[in-house]
Amino acid sequence: MTINASEELYVAVPDEQGRFGPYGGKFVSETLMAALAELEVVYRNMSTDKQFQQELDHDLQHYVGRPSPLYEARRWSDSIGGARIYLKREDLNHTGAHKVNNTVGQALLAKHMGKKRVIAETGAGQHGVATATIAARLGLDCVVFMGETDIQRQALNVYRMKLLGAEVVSVTSGSRTLKDAMNEAMRDWVTNVDNTFYIIGTVAGPHPYPMLVRDFQCVIGREARAQSLAQTGRLPDALVACVGGGSNAIGLFHPFLQDETVAMYGVEAGGHGISTNQHAAPLTAGTPGVLHGNRTYLMQDSDGQIMDTHSISAGLDYPGVGPEHSWLKDIGRVNYVVANDDEALRAFHKLTKIEGIMPALETSHALAYAETLAASMTPEQTIIVNLSGRGDKDILTVAEIDGIVV
Amino acid sequence: MSRIAGRFQQLAAQGRTALIPYIVAGDPSQDITVPLMHRMVESGADIIEIGVPFSDPMSEGPVIQQGHERALANGMCLSRVLELVQEFRKSDDTTPLLLMGYANPVMHMGYAAFADAASAAGLDALLTVDIPPEEVDDINAQLQRVGIDNIFLVAPTTPEERITRIAAGASGFIYYVSLKGVTGAGHLDSDEVAQRLAAIRRHSTLPLAVGFGIKDADSARTVAAVADGVVVGSALVNAMAQTLADGGNSGQAIEAVAALLGEIRKGIDNAAS
Ligand SMILES: Cc1ncc(COP(=O)(O)O)c(C=O)c1O
Repeated sequence: MTINASEELYVAVPDEQGRFGPYGGKFVSETLMAALAELEVVYRNMSTDKQFQQELDHDLQHYVGRPSPLYEARRWSDSIGGARIYLKREDLNHTGAHKVNNTVGQALLAKHMGKKRVIAETGAGQHGVATATIAARLGLDCVVFMGETDIQRQALNVYRMKLLGAEVVSVTSGSRTLKDAMNEAMRDWVTNVDNTFYIIGTVAGPHPYPMLVRDFQCVIGREARAQSLAQTGRLPDALVACVGGGSNAIGLFHPFLQDETVAMYGVEAGGHGISTNQHAAPLTAGTPGVLHGNRTYLMQDSDGQIMDTHSISAGLDYPGVGPEHSWLKDIGRVNYVVANDDEALRAFHKLTKIEGIMPALETSHALAYAETLAASMTPEQTIIVNLSGRGDKDILTVAEIDGIVV
Repeated sequence: MSRIAGRFQQLAAQGRTALIPYIVAGDPSQDITVPLMHRMVESGADIIEIGVPFSDPMSEGPVIQQGHERALANGMCLSRVLELVQEFRKSDDTTPLLLMGYANPVMHMGYAAFADAASAAGLDALLTVDIPPEEVDDINAQLQRVGIDNIFLVAPTTPEERITRIAAGASGFIYYVSLKGVTGAGHLDSDEVAQRLAAIRRHSTLPLAVGFGIKDADSARTVAAVADGVVVGSALVNAMAQTLADGGNSGQAIEAVAALLGEIRKGIDNAAS
């Protein structure tokens, strides 16, 4: 493999201002600027600190259960008859999703900064559960903000968080989903900034969050790259991941960005269909703007108001996306596509039946697109799909759609 | 001289502190805003701060959040806010007007287009809560082109070296956020405010206004003793909402604001004497 100019391109972002090309930055109120600057300094020191890295690696191995397997989905691939599909099994992590890779990292930062209280926003509840879990382990106070709508559709995760000792705050402002939970978490942080660490759950928010969450999630892609070389003797031809805020996708993609032969597909939530406006696909159908501290593609109306979104999966139901994805879209390195609610549901059922792996509804969007993509490729080619989380949390949603009372 | 600079000079000469009420444009209805603004001037307002409603007002407490939601439900938008400014200017050419809002609507209109429309409407200043000095260059170039002041926030957490930087880019006045928290929170520490204002004065000769925790004549008096301007928001938005919730009409809602503002004016003027 030759090292080329693009390698420098990808490691050069974000710049000192936290920009990925024209995206990213620090669009927050003055009260938070000092806290963000402090976090950036601590993070830069810790990311080159041997002891911190050892502590993190130790936690990832013994607490999270890494490395996660790269599993060849033979029956599923055979049923499609195209490319061979491999699943990066983030569902097998402790707490059942990729989210914990990041919460373990940020909680270690919180510990080093002496913060006794952590807060988080959550949509599907997976990030909330992962935060509550690590807070329990480190003995930190934990408050999770969750939209009222999501509290209803992710009832199992709400109870999990409570069992873990977290306080779950129901957010009743705005659209009562993930974006409003993030607003409320920001309001809490502004109020309690002295003793509180805000553990953001995806590669969004103000700098340095998009950078540090990406770095913590890159363990997915680093492992997958080595596993692919070991198992197939070559790099995959394509990578597929769902995109809510974009943390599982960037975690898989980033270590492959300079591998020019590897195509990448980020799958947004098409909801009821892009033409209905009831979706959560800002990269596909949005325009650039500022929300939650960074400039990125957003779903917004003609007045710059943020629009309500719709997705069957709470974890993708967000009108923005991490700024690095906006940049990767503009420079053409990653293709952003959509899968609709019904396509995701079909993929959920299919993988469950054919491989005995029940995926999260978020992940099911990636699976739906991977199926189409694989069919257009040859059996000599391979695809890695990020199996970002397991579907237990979604059983009640799926049962309701299928008309079944559990 | 800008209307804002002129107003602060005039008040300084009289030994008075500026009273700066905040309302949300279009809350609770589109028709109420301009008459309310005129009534606030009659009740002692020196500068009016108009909130531009936004779907995600991250720095606001529940009272003002609900004001934003009501205004948006009434169809309020940035271009309409500028029309209200223009309407107000027809019969008041002296009271300085400041828009306070969030980056996205302004960015979406385009900084140049906003600057042109705002200056044509007769606006004096803009405060965007989520555009700190690090991100301000593009918008400042446009605001300076048309002579609109960009108002910056200084927070309790702002280190002294940042104050220098903020002061360097500020014009009109500097807005000190009196507490760590959202608008309408209730834990103002007046000694701390006095200390922080003294620190800012070491780096800037601009007038200093204080806002976020001031809700009545008492808290206004305390702050007026050390500040050049006092901003009152949640208490006014709440007075209006409460009047309507209790079955009052728009006229009564305006009078509720006028009465509260009148009391606060007295509190401030007592601090001076
Ligand atoms: C299993 C799973 N996958 C994906 C996501 C979407 O987040 P992101 O795009 O940051 O990976 C979530 C969010 O809740 C999730 O729980």
